[in-house]
Amino acid sequence: MSITADYLGMGLRLDELDGENVAYFKHCAGHSFHLQQCDGCKLLRYPPTTACPWCMSREAKWAPVEGKGAVHSYTEVHHAIQPAFQAHLPYLVLLVDLDIQKGKPTADEALRVVGNLVTPDGKLAPPDLVKTVGIGTRVRMVFSDAGPGLSLPQWAIDENATQPDKPWRYPQE
Amino acid sequence: MPLPADTDVSSPKHLRDKYAIVGVGETTYTRGSGMTTRALGTWAVKNAILDAGLTAADVDGMLSYQSGDSTFGTFIAGDLGIRLNFFMDVFGGGSSTEALIGIAMGVIEAGMCKTVVIFRAMNGYSQVRIGGTGARSAAPVAGDMLHSRAYGWQSAGQSFSFTFMRHMHDYGTTPAQVAAVRAAHSAHASNNPKAYYKKRVTVEDVLASRIICKPLHLLDCCVETDNATAIIVTSADRARDARHHRVLIRAIAGRVCKPRADMHYQTGPISAVAGRYAREILWPNAGIGPQDVDVTGSYDAFTFTTMLQLEDYGFCKKGEGGHYVSDGTIRLGGRRPNNTSGGHQCEGYTHGMNMVIENVRQLRHDVDDSCPVGPDGKRKHTYDYREGGCRQVKDCEVTANLGWANPGTGSAMVMRRD
Repeated sequence: MSITADYLGMGLRLDELDGENVAYFKHCAGHSFHLQQCDGCKLLRYPPTTACPWCMSREAKWAPVEGKGAVHSYTEVHHAIQPAFQAHLPYLVLLVDLDIQKGKPTADEALRVVGNLVTPDGKLAPPDLVKTVGIGTRVRMVFSDAGPGLSLPQWAIDENATQPDKPWRYPQE
Repeated sequence: MPLPADTDVSSPKHLRDKYAIVGVGETTYTRGSGMTTRALGTWAVKNAILDAGLTAADVDGMLSYQSGDSTFGTFIAGDLGIRLNFFMDVFGGGSSTEALIGIAMGVIEAGMCKTVVIFRAMNGYSQVRIGGTGARSAAPVAGDMLHSRAYGWQSAGQSFSFTFMRHMHDYGTTPAQVAAVRAAHSAHASNNPKAYYKKRVTVEDVLASRIICKPLHLLDCCVETDNATAIIVTSADRARDARHHRVLIRAIAGRVCKPRADMHYQTGPISAVAGRYAREILWPNAGIGPQDVDVTGSYDAFTFTTMLQLEDYGFCKKGEGGHYVSDGTIRLGGRRPNNTSGGHQCEGYTHGMNMVIENVRQLRHDVDDSCPVGPDGKRKHTYDYREGGCRQVKDCEVTANLGWANPGTGSAMVMRRD
């Protein structure tokens, strides 16, 4: 059975045939972040793929991963393309380096996970919060529930982490 | 500038200078073409055939690219009475132009056909807009798109901005430096009667335009237009019979990718683009380097894309792209002008084709500006680059086109005047 959901008025659909994504989002629905861990080289990978980008192994297991990291880059969207986001401008899309496996297998690699900046309860962040986040901000993963069986991994400011004095922000506010 | 005397033309890169671009054609660059992509494509292909001084019977190969937004080669060939020995319609957008020229060389070399026309026809404003705006924006988000579109991370600008922002962070590149790309291209477009936007804008105009998604202002983004464009590739030998001065293809790198083409941000540094890899193919195959290039055509879907590619192909040191694009180098009259037609920022959006077409004309020394046409039918170029004036680069001998699909994928081509 395909899973469908309505998120911010935007239709989401997960097809039964799409085994990798079905497994990924099944964990997300339980508010638990899992990534594929290669049976061969033991490296984690993101987003879901059908083989290991480092050793071509088609065999992997889903491993629980701590959703903590720092913002590697971001964009702050002021002109929404999708109607769903027009009521939430400006919103942030974050590219987050997970702490786990950062710098592996080579120095310039990391598990870089995309998500919006949200409040701890998974709502898109309001403008005053958007202004506080930039490159270097420490974040933790939370989930936005789109519907039964479908939740999106998202990023909230990590209140318990030591934050940089001043995260890097685009110079023009 | 002339080729260095020590260029090794006997190298194993045996297709160097063996193929040529003999014809280029365009429709007008408009918003609201009022016709189908089939009609647009037919118009541009016919113009290219006439430009080359060929007939329909001389063309036996056809390539096109599209993203589910255009007609197919069979219709264009049928409309113009071209009998094909080879054709292929490829899925793709930016970076396809140079790659398809390389494919054309390959199929001719393989003996499959003799002369290939490549076209791209699109109603990029009135029918299918590139960013996924309009009806498509409300389409359900499914499968792998759940990792991108579900986050409002969809359009080209939104998708590429991680790279743009990180370049500013890593190298101190400023908004004003990058805005100089738009200012330069708008100045070029003001000397291009075909350009959709002919008005010159300043760096201040760019910075004062509204933010679309940081770091992109409205004027950091290209125009959306309706148009078709066509390019004809044949062997250098056959090109001797064509109407114009020969423009030879030195080298091509086609759809070169960073690692993880599925999601290139997984590897870094993310402030580097595919040109970092493509240059390792392009310059050795060309037998020359960036220093030998007179005119560049660095894809300007966004101001940043022009800068990033010029930097990663080695026109300046890594991290100095902001300085390179803002010190006058890339303007007409500067050391190495970029996108002398106004490019995607101002002339029209063609997924790369018009930047190659412009450089072909530069190498013919026959750019279609407003300079007076002499009794021999050729323009008498004034090299006065003030508004409304000339845009021909004096003594243009070598050009480089740097095509862009996204930060992780690019193509490139070096051409020279025979």
